[in-house]
Amino acid sequence: MPGPSTGPSGPSTGPLREVAIVAFGQSDHVRSSAETSEVEMLMPVLHDVVSRTGLKAGDIDFTCSGSSDYLAGRAFSFTMALDGVGAWPPISESHVEMDGAWALYEAWVKLLTGEAETALVYAYGKSSPGDLREVLTRQLDPYYLAPLWPDSVALAALQAQALIDAGLTDQGALAGIAARSRTAAEANPHAQLRGAVPAGDPVVAPLRTGDCPPIGDGAAAVVLAAGDTARRLCDRPAWIRGLDHRIEAHALGVRDLTDSPSTRLAAERAGYFARPVDTAELHAPFTSQEVVLRRALALDGPDGAGVRINPSGGALAANPVMAAGLIRLGEAAARIQRGESDRALAHATSGPCLQQNLVAVLEGETR
Amino acid sequence: MPEILTAPLVVEFPFTRSLGPVQSAFLTGLRERTVLGVTASDGRVVVPPAEYDPVTAEEIRELVEVGTAGTVTTWAWNPAPRRGQPLDTPFAWVLVRLDGADTALLHALDAPGPDAVRTGMRVRIRWAAERTGAITDIACFEPDESTGDDGRTREPVAHDGQFPDLLTGITAPARLDYTYSPGAAQSRYIQALADRRTLGERCPACRKVYVPPRGACPTCGVATSTQVEVGPRGTVTTFCIVNIKARNLDIDVPYVYAHIALDGADLALHARIGGIPYDQVRMGLRVEPVWADGAFPHSPEDMGAAPIPDHYRPTGEPDADYDSYKELI
Repeated sequence: MPGPSTGPSGPSTGPLREVAIVAFGQSDHVRSSAETSEVEMLMPVLHDVVSRTGLKAGDIDFTCSGSSDYLAGRAFSFTMALDGVGAWPPISESHVEMDGAWALYEAWVKLLTGEAETALVYAYGKSSPGDLREVLTRQLDPYYLAPLWPDSVALAALQAQALIDAGLTDQGALAGIAARSRTAAEANPHAQLRGAVPAGDPVVAPLRTGDCPPIGDGAAAVVLAAGDTARRLCDRPAWIRGLDHRIEAHALGVRDLTDSPSTRLAAERAGYFARPVDTAELHAPFTSQEVVLRRALALDGPDGAGVRINPSGGALAANPVMAAGLIRLGEAAARIQRGESDRALAHATSGPCLQQNLVAVLEGETR
Repeated sequence: MPEILTAPLVVEFPFTRSLGPVQSAFLTGLRERTVLGVTASDGRVVVPPAEYDPVTAEEIRELVEVGTAGTVTTWAWNPAPRRGQPLDTPFAWVLVRLDGADTALLHALDAPGPDAVRTGMRVRIRWAAERTGAITDIACFEPDESTGDDGRTREPVAHDGQFPDLLTGITAPARLDYTYSPGAAQSRYIQALADRRTLGERCPACRKVYVPPRGACPTCGVATSTQVEVGPRGTVTTFCIVNIKARNLDIDVPYVYAHIALDGADLALHARIGGIPYDQVRMGLRVEPVWADGAFPHSPEDMGAAPIPDHYRPTGEPDADYDSYKELI
């Protein structure tokens, strides 16, 4: 079996071991979940996703989660969340202070090494206790950016204006992305915003309320399994054919904000460009960011014509921070499991203006 | 479903951060109304300057002085300024490529309205009256209507990065405000405390009773749904002697902090032991709570008056047998 490419570019020659997403679950995403603690919000999702596989919690070889204590202002909230897993006798466990999509990456690597057959990956975010726009300023360069408190909408708006100036989009096109996303979300019972919403007033112009994601709380989880274990646990596993993540410079002023070379490179490394997909779950919290991603992934070209973009509604319908990227992988996998997709791209992002991007290519076996 | 409890929570840090040589020169330069950039490996002049090349990650140290006027490369109109932002009246966020620089710097532009802002417009720095060596030494940018070519054609000029009293670090205060809510299980627990009752929760699988409850059994990973009143008396399972006075805590040292297994609980909670000399506290000591008077705290300052046990004191009963609490240590 060929090993993975070690070069800096070019598609990977394929993983050493077949690994698939075999189950996906998520909470309803709501503006405020003050009636539950993090673990109380997360636990039903964990029980749901594990029970879908027929496994018991103790059968899982590896557990990995993604969350950020800054969101709710609770130190070590991820250790409290672990109460919902059942961590005794001691389990093999890890955590990333990132979106759960990066926790999934770590779990995928763990399975590739052969050290685990199954993994539980979960993520949660409670944005309601804090002021999310302010909280996210704390991830910025503490010397040149954070002292100015530039909020997340402001930074996305700078990117949107750059796209408009470059003639790559306009406010009408952005409103179209918002409408398509939230109309699609009518079929998603977990979404926070369903159905058309008005374009609204400028939040930070050119972005209007309709261009921005809802702020809310939610959780998600997936189960990964390798090879025949995956086939045993799931009728149609969503095989991870490629998975890669890339990061760009932190300083916005050194980047071309109208493009996403990190997404393009991650997609190339994940084997995305080898043949067309039928579904793309893009993690674009702001309408303008979908424009950037579509460019990077050539979704506006002839190959993009047959691609269903964000049938779940995407982050514009529900954006629980730290979980929204993992949900993109979960939604794409669920679509494959339901037989609605044969080859799907799933994307997750982190940082301001699409600074860091993860791309997965998922496939179902021929029926 | 209990009433949802909430309380304000402020998280505040005065981060003290050291500066690398490039950041030090740049921020000290701002104090002196001088803007420095750094030449990257590909020859681009990066402003604000980085310690390492944004593309190759090579160490870059070649400083240059650039202009204090420049060109807007993109902008966004902020109709509702937020706490901590450079201006408290509506303004434009801008990325500005200063004359002589090849990259752009993020800041605020003071303009009367969005109609007065466009990409490509000329702007210049408005310096803060008091400058300390921080990005906020640039108060903001303002439109630059000067028509002369002073600065506009400016070439970067080599600079040695030397100033009197070079900064070596900055203090970056950060404050975030939250509304804390403890969730269902802990709300039940806190509400019972108001009646001077201690309410644990039982795991339906392993039958253990957790105090304080967090809503889930960490062993079994299932919800603890049954409430069980425990205590009020309990047994010291283990303890330590505190010799360092905590800030803002009006308790004389040394004192004893102990793990206490309340009668009926399967997990020890921790509390201070009083009413007995510190050197006479022992494992197995039987204790009971001494309640503080008070109401639910509505701010961190009120916490001392919360309706919780202020401390535990000896009951006078004989010590508990080791075997009765050894599983709870």
